[in-house]
Amino acid sequence: MPPFVPLTLLALVVAAIIAHVASPKVRPWLWKPVAALGAVMLVALWYLGLVWAPPEQFMSDVGRILYVHVPHVWMALIAFTLNVGCAVAYLMKKSWVTDALAESAAEVGVYFGAVGVSMGSIWARPTWGVWWDWDPRLISTTVMLLAYVGYLALRSFTEDPERRATWSAVAAILSYVALPIVWFSVRWWNSLHQVQSSPSTVDKPMVQVLRWGAVTMLCFLYVFVVKRYEIARPRQTAAIELPPLGLPRPEAA
Amino acid sequence: MTPKISLLAAAWLVLKKDWQIEWRTRARLTAIIFFSLSTLLLFSFAMGPDVTTLRAHAPGYLWLALLFASVLSLGESFRIESENQALTGLVLTPVEPRAIFVGKVFGNASLLFVLSLVLLPVTVALYDVDLSRDPLRLVLVLFLGSVGISAPGTVYSAISANARARDVMLPLLLFPVLMPLLLAAVSATKFTLQPDPQEQVDSWLKLLTAFDLIYLSVGFLLFPKVAEED
Repeated sequence: MPPFVPLTLLALVVAAIIAHVASPKVRPWLWKPVAALGAVMLVALWYLGLVWAPPEQFMSDVGRILYVHVPHVWMALIAFTLNVGCAVAYLMKKSWVTDALAESAAEVGVYFGAVGVSMGSIWARPTWGVWWDWDPRLISTTVMLLAYVGYLALRSFTEDPERRATWSAVAAILSYVALPIVWFSVRWWNSLHQVQSSPSTVDKPMVQVLRWGAVTMLCFLYVFVVKRYEIARPRQTAAIELPPLGLPRPEAA
Repeated sequence: MTPKISLLAAAWLVLKKDWQIEWRTRARLTAIIFFSLSTLLLFSFAMGPDVTTLRAHAPGYLWLALLFASVLSLGESFRIESENQALTGLVLTPVEPRAIFVGKVFGNASLLFVLSLVLLPVTVALYDVDLSRDPLRLVLVLFLGSVGISAPGTVYSAISANARARDVMLPLLLFPVLMPLLLAAVSATKFTLQPDPQEQVDSWLKLLTAFDLIYLSVGFLLFPKVAEED
């Protein structure tokens, strides 16, 4: 698989999500072939990752978790980027569609991030000898995850749909801005502590399998986001159309 | 609608109003002072009476105490505005929402800054910290840190003041964002109070300043959207 394929596919997925949201014609069918492709590629990934790829020189078979761990974290990053894009779009032009898409991207991102970080922890135990390490990537991912859990909590704790949309968009931007700062600060901070570095001697077949894994997860990312979007939309519509209770907005008690 | 007074003048008025409210009761400051005093005491109980350990970790305890106190103080900052819908009144006056943001940030920051100055002698007493190495820089670190907590904190407290479960919401949203600030502030304080052989303090100060500037500008841009919905 040539190196530009995953990036092209990423652009395709974003286009497909936009098509799904914008056009009712593609909505009923487009996700089905993508889901099927993802399932087939996942089965192939098991073979490629567990059998075909050579064992890692230093980590032996433990290193094979890489083929699912790294794509998961990448997908989380893509989902959060999609979320913050929707947040900015919502603040520029109010639209329920971008709000619903932001919600689904955030939730899917939290799923991918949580699974990715847990797998990283499982990998770190036999490799580094610890469950947890103060590695900038690890910390940044975890902080991002925490911030987005806060984001989802804010969404579920706010009833008024318009407030929810605006506030969560603002919260998403504030959290996303923190990411590069977290990354740099942990890297500087860590220069004091001597940390074991992960031996990154990545062989060519391993890169191939890693890309294969990324494309597989990209298929699932698309399916998850659009399916979650289909759940978010009617919920949102119901909340907007809810008749007012005749009570003033809950200000201070 | 063009505001009749400039943004800075309006921000100054909002700041003065907050100071006045604070000065008349002095309730918020007193509460957070005693809250952080007991936090600092709790840290020393939790860590045991070993002076060397306590002294080495004093910057961390100081900033954690400030961070916990800031959640209480920030939460209060917009609660007084949602009483009698004072914030709506302010927006209708018309004060530009950005001026409210600037005024509120510096109102909250000044409160935290005063709190941190009050806590300094306490850290000397409890943790045997040596403040005489570079007091001016220490004050600068405390000021930058207070502004850094208040800038995103003001936006989040405006959001959470009207959300359900607001007492949980504020730290849940704020703490992840403040993680780099905590790192930078603790490290800068540490290298101000203790020897700094690798001369790292400057890069931490730069990070603190960058954090402040980034969040002041992001908050400045986003706050009007939040105030619209309040």
